[in-house]
Amino acid sequence: MKTIYFDNNATTKMAPEVLEEIEPFFCELYGNPSSMHTFGGQIGHKIRHAREQVAELLGCEPSEIIFTGGGTESDNAAIKGTLAAVPDKRKVITTRVEHPAVLAVCRDLENHGYTVVEIGVDKYGRLDLAELEEQIDDDTAIVTIMYANNETGVIFPIERIAELVTSRDVVFHTDAVQVVSKIPLNLSRCSIDLLSLSGHKLHGPKGVGALYVRKGTRLSPYMLGGHQEGGRRAGTENVPGIIGLGKACELAAENIEEENRKVKHLRDKLESAILKKCPDCRLNGDRDNRLPNTSNISFEYIEGEAILLLLDRQGICASSGSACTSGSLEPSHVLRAMGVPFTAAHGSIRFSLSRYNTEEEVDYTIEKMPQIVNRLRELSPFVAK
Amino acid sequence: MWDYTDKVRDHFFNPRNVGEIENPDGVGEVGSLACGDALKLMFKLNENGRIKDAKFKTFGCASAIATSSVLTEMIKGKTLEEAAKVTNRDIADYLGGLPEQKMHCSVMGREALEAAIENYRTGGKKKHELEGKIVCTCFGVTEKEVKRVIRENNLTTVEQVTNYCKAGGGCGGCQGEIEKIIDRIQGDKAKEKQAAVPKRAGKLTNIQKIQLIQQTINEQIRPALRAHGGNIELMDVDGNKVIVAFRGMCAQCRLTEFTIKDVVEAKLREFVGGELFVEEDKDSAQEPHNHRQ
Repeated sequence: MKTIYFDNNATTKMAPEVLEEIEPFFCELYGNPSSMHTFGGQIGHKIRHAREQVAELLGCEPSEIIFTGGGTESDNAAIKGTLAAVPDKRKVITTRVEHPAVLAVCRDLENHGYTVVEIGVDKYGRLDLAELEEQIDDDTAIVTIMYANNETGVIFPIERIAELVTSRDVVFHTDAVQVVSKIPLNLSRCSIDLLSLSGHKLHGPKGVGALYVRKGTRLSPYMLGGHQEGGRRAGTENVPGIIGLGKACELAAENIEEENRKVKHLRDKLESAILKKCPDCRLNGDRDNRLPNTSNISFEYIEGEAILLLLDRQGICASSGSACTSGSLEPSHVLRAMGVPFTAAHGSIRFSLSRYNTEEEVDYTIEKMPQIVNRLRELSPFVAK
Repeated sequence: MWDYTDKVRDHFFNPRNVGEIENPDGVGEVGSLACGDALKLMFKLNENGRIKDAKFKTFGCASAIATSSVLTEMIKGKTLEEAAKVTNRDIADYLGGLPEQKMHCSVMGREALEAAIENYRTGGKKKHELEGKIVCTCFGVTEKEVKRVIRENNLTTVEQVTNYCKAGGGCGGCQGEIEKIIDRIQGDKAKEKQAAVPKRAGKLTNIQKIQLIQQTINEQIRPALRAHGGNIELMDVDGNKVIVAFRGMCAQCRLTEFTIKDVVEAKLREFVGGELFVEEDKDSAQEPHNHRQ
């Protein structure tokens, strides 16, 4: 059975061009970039090139890029590294809908004497900017707000927020793992101080990411033991990962607008057909202000895990904000923060597409989805015959 | 991805006995849309008092549906006395086991069966009613039910209790209480395994006292407030006076003085010392703003 992969916000297929690029660095070109000999030193050139490729996509200087072990590490480093650099400030501002890589870090800080403020969202998942503005004070060390939400795809007005925050002399970090390669960025022209990205979300390898650190931003070294990455993130480089990330960024930069137009067309087709063909379902998020690849739909009276397993049997991969899929007992914190009723949150399904999806895959899913929904509704005690 | 047995998968993909019975002899309903799973079970008896037909309708995940399906198979042909002896363990065993986090599905099956039998015997309510003291307000689980899953499944940790009946899986505010119930029932057996909770201390130094207050706030109080969009911060400790500030939703709540403060005080007295009292630091409270709906 063919796999139809609509779970690209979880991870993406590595581009064949990326694989081709990194293969030699596992066996033949295994040198350490820090070595004095040519065999190792040549790898250093490759890493420099990768840094340039990432910088090109972000619109920043190569020296502003730190390679990390992934998005989660970038988020941890940004927040903890900033706090360590400004020990006299004890307040952190974030949102209620962040990815756990930010939210869990902030909540842990709370146990260490920091005041953490989580800004809420409205029913469309939009931030309350007035509340944010009100909360920034002299004690605020960092504001960390995601660029776009991984579950709903809702995009926050990050450039405006960055302006707002940095004009008050507070460091601004954004988790942009879902955005890089989907929205064109030019960091040299906006006020973002720190930005996290992840390789495997943009058709690069897993286990590698980057943190953009604007020149002049104070960030304490967080991994000691070597001179790598300017001494801030020591340790011998993940050479194949970094080179793969560079290549993935180059590919993304090449045709970001064209690819995203195509992906958006497929997403819109899938979404509008499902909403039309399945009664009692609703779209979660801000319809006009979303990533081009993400659609989050709630199906009333049925439960997400059951939907996923029936989709899985048809070869279709998606994800859900239901409680059962996570092993916790409560549905997605993002949908709850938006005030999506529990009844709808339990039956939420996220489809996230990529440039590798096709029209046929979308058509096939449009055909299967209503059957699956009907089948589970026949089992549900909440649906009258 | 869950590691479901072939039998669970079979009963999920091909559920048996789906639907409703006309003029059933007994009907049992448990769960709700809000809880994430719900089961409506009905049966009809033959002239010998044995279950002739059983049908179900279920809202829930794969294991909830599979559990309901096997339950109808298991009880067919049984007398009500025999059916009443079916435990959640029996249901899980019949499926070749369930993932630990899904054991509550088997408990839901047993509860629905009991409610249906009760409905037949008394002609009364079909809904599984909550009786006695409620331990977990998030999921509406009573002390009686918590005790029962502990006894029937020989549970020794809060995590297990959550897996089996959901209690403690919401805001987490009742985990301390569940711990105590386990303690009472299992005695020393539970002590060996249980995770560290703040122990009520004897004579504390000031530093120890402040640390224990902070720990109690972190582990026992904050999770419950968080669930309602609020938060708490320890501002200072002055002798026996604990000064706290409420944040988020809590800060604007007019009832603060009568409710949250009392809860905080009760928890601190329970885990740190009976002489403590709580005062709210109003100066640091935030400007009130609108509750978002």
